[in-house]
Amino acid sequence: MLIEAKNIKFGYSKSKPVINGVNFAADEGERVALVGPSGCGKSTLSQILAGCLNPQSGEVLFENKPLPRKGFCPAQLIYQHPEQAINPRLRLNATLREAWTPDAVFLDEIGIAPEWLNRYPAELSGGELQRFCVARALAPQTRFIIADEMSTMLDVITQAQIWELMLRQIERRGLGLLVVTHSTELAARVCSRIVRFESLTRQGRSTAV
Amino acid sequence: MEKKTVLNVSNLSVTFRMYSKGMRKGGLKVISNLSASVREGEILAVAGSSGSGKSLLAHAVLGILPRNAIVTGEIEYMGEALTSARLTKLRGREIALVPQSVEYLDPLMKVGKQVSDDKYAVKRAFERYKLDESVMKLFPFQLSGGMMRRVLCATAVVTGAKLIIADEPTPGMSEELAARAMKHFRDLADAGAAVMLITHDIDLALRYCDRVAVFYAGTTVETALASDFGNIDNLRHPYTKALWRAMPQNDFAPTPGTQPYAGNLPDGCLFAPRCDRVTEECTRAAPESRTLRNGEVSCIYAD
Repeated sequence: MLIEAKNIKFGYSKSKPVINGVNFAADEGERVALVGPSGCGKSTLSQILAGCLNPQSGEVLFENKPLPRKGFCPAQLIYQHPEQAINPRLRLNATLREAWTPDAVFLDEIGIAPEWLNRYPAELSGGELQRFCVARALAPQTRFIIADEMSTMLDVITQAQIWELMLRQIERRGLGLLVVTHSTELAARVCSRIVRFESLTRQGRSTAV
Repeated sequence: MEKKTVLNVSNLSVTFRMYSKGMRKGGLKVISNLSASVREGEILAVAGSSGSGKSLLAHAVLGILPRNAIVTGEIEYMGEALTSARLTKLRGREIALVPQSVEYLDPLMKVGKQVSDDKYAVKRAFERYKLDESVMKLFPFQLSGGMMRRVLCATAVVTGAKLIIADEPTPGMSEELAARAMKHFRDLADAGAAVMLITHDIDLALRYCDRVAVFYAGTTVETALASDFGNIDNLRHPYTKALWRAMPQNDFAPTPGTQPYAGNLPDGCLFAPRCDRVTEECTRAAPESRTLRNGEVSCIYAD
């Protein structure tokens, strides 16, 4: 298994867990969609898988070893709101270089115009900013991508643009992918299997599309 | 029977006056040649990407644009010009807005009171949106996002308005709740109201609306029947076709490029830089809107 979450429990108070006893596993090159009603804990699980939150109990294993505490995390999260995921006071060049320094060919493929690099986040649209989040997450050390409602706030053309360039990179490098979405059409388009959140509390596997 | 046109907007332009350099004044044209109309018993969906002028249209109709906005063009309500004097009388009675953001609720006022002073009317409206009677006594911060959305919808239906303008009423609602909210708008329309539904979720809107107005960079490019979206050949404008092709259940194929910014618009047709049928003719003048197969289109090559 590339990434595995075992018996995860998390909550903001001891007595009321948001998620409890959740198991999840994904293999290399696999593309999984996670669906479920709003408020059921999909985003919480995404953040735990990316090492942004620490579970109260249970563990996240990456290639059978615990997720690294320091340095670059091989599981990278892309949020729903790019304007909240990017430091508003840094030029985008600096934001990108926090993760890695992509070459001009990569930037062109991901649809980032060179003149955007010198701008501040407030000077770009949501779709343009989301490209920076995608580029940042696709650093060479990345092995698994978690896209948490990454295209919900974008119009359909921008959504299709972002997915096309992301899937191209993912396929080429054989990365794993977890997509959190409300749209069953999008899940069917992008993923190889669909997981209902409710099923994760019993066992990790799920039905194929 | 011919249905009466409740709201008719034609050739609307909105310009924001602002200072460019120092004390020099400039104008930023954010909406140009925008047209849309809604009839009794009809839901008109207004679709388009963010920044295409959808919310500005709603705010222009209700006369709540910021002070530095200059509005030209005609806005007619029930066949007569909607002047600011008339608007003051009608707003909140015959014309209702479901605002885009839950921030429009007063944080210091119980929600029941905000919907209406008439307790019985509030009760009926809340029943309709499956809100418990006890919710009337709660403050906005005690409600979930989905509940606040439903309260906002209730404020619009409680008035018995003839024209309802709903600005992105469904985000944050689960698929099931969103479908229920749309069903209510459908019921209101079937009871004779005219509903203008502003949304970027065309997929959901198409299941409930009658016609779709498609906006691009502050102008109307096409007005189509909802059923036209069943087949790409029925759509008229290249941008609408691009929208159709990008939907996940269709081709999921993106058209390259982005919508031009206000203040940096190309000459002639605004979609020309991204269009695959573009010719020199397109860049010469903005295309006039014309009738085509029961719809309207602004493209010289549409057939």
